[in-house]
Amino acid sequence: MADIVLDKVTKSYPDGTTAVHGIDLEIADGEFVILVGPSGCGKSTTLNMIAGLEDITSGELRIDGERVNDKAPKDRDIAMVFQSYALYPNMTVGENMAFPLKLAKLPKAEIDKKVNDAAKVLDLTDYLDRRPANLSGGQRQRVAMGRAIVRSPKVFLMDEPLSNLDAKLRVQMRTQVSRLQKQLNTTTVYVTHDQTEAMTLGDRVVVMRGGRIQQVGDPQTLYDHPNNLFVAGFIGSPSMNFLPATVAEGKLRTALGDLPLGERMQRVLAAGDAPRELVLGIRPEHFEDAALVEDRQRSHGYEFTAPVDLVESMGSDKYVYFNVEGGAATSADLADLAADAGGADLPSSDQASLVTRLSAESRVRDGASTKVWMNLDKIHLFDPKDGRNVTLHEGRAAGVAAS
Amino acid sequence: MNTKLRWGLLDAVVVVFALVPVLWVMSLSFKTAATLTDGNFIPRDWTLDNYKLIFQTDQFVRALINSIGIALISTVIAVVLGTMAAYAISRLDFPGKSLLVGVSLLIAMFPQVSLVSPLFNIERQTGLFDTWPGLILPYITFALPLAIYTLSAFFKQIPWDLEKAAKMDGATQGEAFRKVIAPLAAPGVFTTAILVFIFCWNDFLFAISLTSTEQSRTVPVALSFFTGASQFEDPTGAISAAAVVITIPIILFVLFFQKRIVAGLTSGAVKG
Ligand SMILES: Nc1ncnc2c1ncn2[C@@H]1O[C@H](COP(=O)(O)OP(=O)(O)OP(=O)(O)O)[C@@H](O)[C@H]1O
Ligand SMILES: [Mg+2]
Repeated sequence: MADIVLDKVTKSYPDGTTAVHGIDLEIADGEFVILVGPSGCGKSTTLNMIAGLEDITSGELRIDGERVNDKAPKDRDIAMVFQSYALYPNMTVGENMAFPLKLAKLPKAEIDKKVNDAAKVLDLTDYLDRRPANLSGGQRQRVAMGRAIVRSPKVFLMDEPLSNLDAKLRVQMRTQVSRLQKQLNTTTVYVTHDQTEAMTLGDRVVVMRGGRIQQVGDPQTLYDHPNNLFVAGFIGSPSMNFLPATVAEGKLRTALGDLPLGERMQRVLAAGDAPRELVLGIRPEHFEDAALVEDRQRSHGYEFTAPVDLVESMGSDKYVYFNVEGGAATSADLADLAADAGGADLPSSDQASLVTRLSAESRVRDGASTKVWMNLDKIHLFDPKDGRNVTLHEGRAAGVAAS
Repeated sequence: MNTKLRWGLLDAVVVVFALVPVLWVMSLSFKTAATLTDGNFIPRDWTLDNYKLIFQTDQFVRALINSIGIALISTVIAVVLGTMAAYAISRLDFPGKSLLVGVSLLIAMFPQVSLVSPLFNIERQTGLFDTWPGLILPYITFALPLAIYTLSAFFKQIPWDLEKAAKMDGATQGEAFRKVIAPLAAPGVFTTAILVFIFCWNDFLFAISLTSTEQSRTVPVALSFFTGASQFEDPTGAISAAAVVITIPIILFVLFFQKRIVAGLTSGAVKG
């Protein structure tokens, strides 16, 4: 049990790359914190610095209030689960789990007891005499977890522990990891680049990009009130829709039509340093088939008509895709997100695709023009230059129409 | 079916090509002096005289001891140094790393013949000529690049993460190497040991140029000095017997270490 404090922690590699730029982060005792971000953003580096496997270039790392920058990994009392599992192939499952206890020179009887307890928790009792080579991926993963929990360390670090599992197993293990963490109540730092894992697992999520923290918060806050374009696009699946927008005559001009602006937004956007060109962001679930919207709600929204490109019925609801004239929004943040999603090679067109999630009762059909309602309270506006969310007011996003 | 047959035939040709000379030497070693040149593959007159003869001569026994001693010492030193160097090369980034790799490659490529006269002169001057160290030193020099190359290939296969995991589990750098890396590197070390041992055991060039007496002459050289029981007798039978005898340690060496060369020992460490 311990709290972890990163105080302006920076990591520069000898070849000159700075992988982590002065990170500040406080992790409370017993907290489950997720580091998430695209590949190469410095998640593993940060984790390795906490572990002591990488030196800290500058800044301070404190565990339990004590500065540990110069402590060897073995003196930090931290256990780590690696993405590759890193099981010792020459040892059996039991020996793998007993290894940290043997190094700690515990008496034999106690080692056996702890290994058996951990094996029971992880459902590994039948495999204690097998070698890692003869286990399935999920079992190997559990052995790696077992080796971490046997010695009840102060802190768990996990570097993408589930990314080598197939999709179904990943979901199962996700709940198991979550349950285990609750049960043991050990401070845990978990690295992933999968935003679904980040949203479902953690007490708090840290979104990183290019070695910098973009936003820290509980999953719902990140989802509802993203600080910037990058966080907005990274969190959520399918991801937020982005369209270019400009301010004209007190209205927001977009490819969907001229949206009304509330008093507060008008004031914000009238300021001298306010951007002229904006990126509008709205999540798929904030659209609805206009025919199904209750009158009470209708006034909070804006309705437009567009031809349906494609309907995907999920049973519980329908994903409906629209093509919108006027081109896709462009910004450095969006380019980064596209590169991470592997979509950088997709042909760019002057049509932006809009993803909406409508209720299952909607009668939309492929090709037909449909009237769609969108919730103005849920719209975010971003400055394309620095990605800042300009709709954010005291940390909360209130949409564009609010006064 | 047809391709299987073709491959089988090819294999058979290769095996026959490799084994016939060996069997021929064995057959010669069991022939009596009179039937030596009769051209029969299977001796008509079996005899163990040739073997008795070589073990009676002090010359051969002494050479055998020299060979075993020199090859073993060279192997141990080359493998220990090679292990350390290969570990550093595959795991660490240090200044001069590429120079080290380059130089060892250069040594491996160097034509050994061109070194014989300089070495002869140097060893005469320094008193190393015709001593064990006089042979051990050049053997290590040429075995080291071989050892470094084979071992660093093996070390590169061992996942880095295992060492990190050991450190997280509470091991010091030394413990991580001893308890996790060394057992995994063992097959590589044994393979290298066999290669280096065979290299030292087989050498003729250095052994004949840098020795002059029985004091440090190794078996391959001693063979070339063999005479028959008398000056005028054909030594072919004795030489064949000696040749058979000196292949035995190599076979033993390989058999002994073969058990430890378990391929794929690292599988299961990481999801491949
Ligand atoms: N030893 C090293 N020397 C130089 N640069 C390095 C080294 N290790 C990592 N980097 C760089 O540091 C940056 C961060 O790497 P890191 O491994 O922390 O990324 P990550 O967020 O874990 O990515 P992934 O999701 O792919 O694992 C990358 O740009 C990487 O190229
Ligand atoms: Mg990583």
